[in-house]
Amino acid sequence: LSDPGHDTPHVSGPSLWPIGFAIGVACLLLGLVISWIVAVIGAVFAIVFGFLWARGVTRDVREDVPEIEPEARAAAEEAQAAQAAADAAKAREPLPAYSRSHFLSASTLGLGAAIGAIVTLPVLGFTVLPSFTNIEEDEADLGPIDNFPEGEYVIASFLANPKQGEVSRRTAFVRNNGPADNGEPSFTILYSRCVHLGCPVQPNGPIDEENRKEIDGVELRPVLAQSFGCPCHGGLYDSEGNRRAGPPVRSLDRLTFSIKDRRLILGELYAVGNVSGTGANAQIARYPWSVPGTHVDGVEAWLYPIVPSQVTG
Amino acid sequence: MAVKSKRQQMVDMAVLAPLDWVDERTGAVRGTKWFLFRNVPRDTSWMQTLGSAALTAFIVQALTGAILAMYYEPSAAINPVTGEPIAYSTIVAITDELTLGWLVRGMHRWGASVFIILIFLHMGRVFLFGAYKYPRELTWITGVLILATGMLMGFTGYLLPWDQTAYWASAVGINLNGTAPFAGPWLAQFLAGGPEIGPETLPKFYAMHMLLIPGALIALIGVHIYLVTRLGVSSPPWSSEAAGRERPPVKPPSSTRAGLVRGSGGD
Repeated sequence: LSDPGHDTPHVSGPSLWPIGFAIGVACLLLGLVISWIVAVIGAVFAIVFGFLWARGVTRDVREDVPEIEPEARAAAEEAQAAQAAADAAKAREPLPAYSRSHFLSASTLGLGAAIGAIVTLPVLGFTVLPSFTNIEEDEADLGPIDNFPEGEYVIASFLANPKQGEVSRRTAFVRNNGPADNGEPSFTILYSRCVHLGCPVQPNGPIDEENRKEIDGVELRPVLAQSFGCPCHGGLYDSEGNRRAGPPVRSLDRLTFSIKDRRLILGELYAVGNVSGTGANAQIARYPWSVPGTHVDGVEAWLYPIVPSQVTG
Repeated sequence: MAVKSKRQQMVDMAVLAPLDWVDERTGAVRGTKWFLFRNVPRDTSWMQTLGSAALTAFIVQALTGAILAMYYEPSAAINPVTGEPIAYSTIVAITDELTLGWLVRGMHRWGASVFIILIFLHMGRVFLFGAYKYPRELTWITGVLILATGMLMGFTGYLLPWDQTAYWASAVGINLNGTAPFAGPWLAQFLAGGPEIGPETLPKFYAMHMLLIPGALIALIGVHIYLVTRLGVSSPPWSSEAAGRERPPVKPPSSTRAGLVRGSGGD
């Protein structure tokens, strides 16, 4: 094991080109989502660094070629004669940098890699990209705003995407705050997914099943609740969705809303750092939606600099 | 050469001659002998059988999984007859209606835990015996990859019954991946096929569970077993035999007879 022969390096030192190549490929894939300009820049990076990498890796091989003398199989004197002839020939014209076998093996490898890339890249793209593109969900219509009594939470269950069916059923806790100071209607709409790891948060209070309504696939159940709890790991939120106990890392997500023909229409989902104040006067720290368990504010948010919803809208 | 009895000649004609014919063209018999008839330290015990046990558990999973795939349908759409999702309906049918379905599903469901438990016991044995040391480092690394791939099998398989436990456990699992720094939110959205678990999540997990990950797992197991065969079983730490002794090469057969006779090739 201590044989000094093992200590001599066999390969050239580490190169930075593969890292540049990887960054280029990552940039290319990211660019396919964001914009074509980024994709083109990534492609150029990948090609340039890939070329430099291939050149660096094959340097030893390419420089060795002139020293190889594949014809030296003859007997000693013949070899000497051949050597002399070869020297003379060498004096006349330089040896080619590539032998035929080198060219053939290199071109076979190169063609194989090109074919592999042509097949693999679209498949990789199809594996990854559909999860990030064309994911806009329809606006959900929760019905007439008269169904939402003032100052009281209603458990609203609705289909975010009726084409997908029951699998897209979501639950939100909707409270009609009454008119705000400027006279416009105000709603607090908390999304039921726990911002710890996405379990279904439950309102802590009795559900008024007698006043349950079901209209066009939307189910409304009034509930007397001033807090919300998560059954999975004990997360607890107050009536504004602020974390009060347990492992959640931010306040409950909320949904934007609009009112059309006196009907409550849910808009997009967004993450909330913290809420100060209550009801119509609440100050909401709004951020682009991110996966449960990820911080949206504070130092920890630096761990999640780019989230999918920022890129895909 | 001694005169062979008539019975011996018949055996030659019926068994050994065809085997030789195959071996001459494929090396299959020599390969099988290389794989099976190898030197094993004198003081091995039942502890060294945990790896084979884990392999057996994997074979059970592969077979029962292939059969279950004939009856299971990974669709989140609602079955108009039962009013329940199709995936869940097929699981109920396998468990309650199809003959012996409860048994095969039970084997697959409990066998999954058996597989992981055996891998951990095997891993503990290898660690405590120091069997991961030179020259078996790569055997250990492929083993760790097998453990990770096996856990991916568990993760993707858990969603397939499409009941409340499956749904919410997978939601938690996906979001757990989502909390990884930098790439986490992207990984979670990739796994769920969108911001939330949706209609594509179930077929995606099914394809990963029965096509992608088993392919990787079978390849890793192949490499692992090849390395075990090539490097041999290590002696226990208390053994007087030297650990890591190189295995003598398989001698070429002295005659054209390959003959599956113990000891004729290996030592």
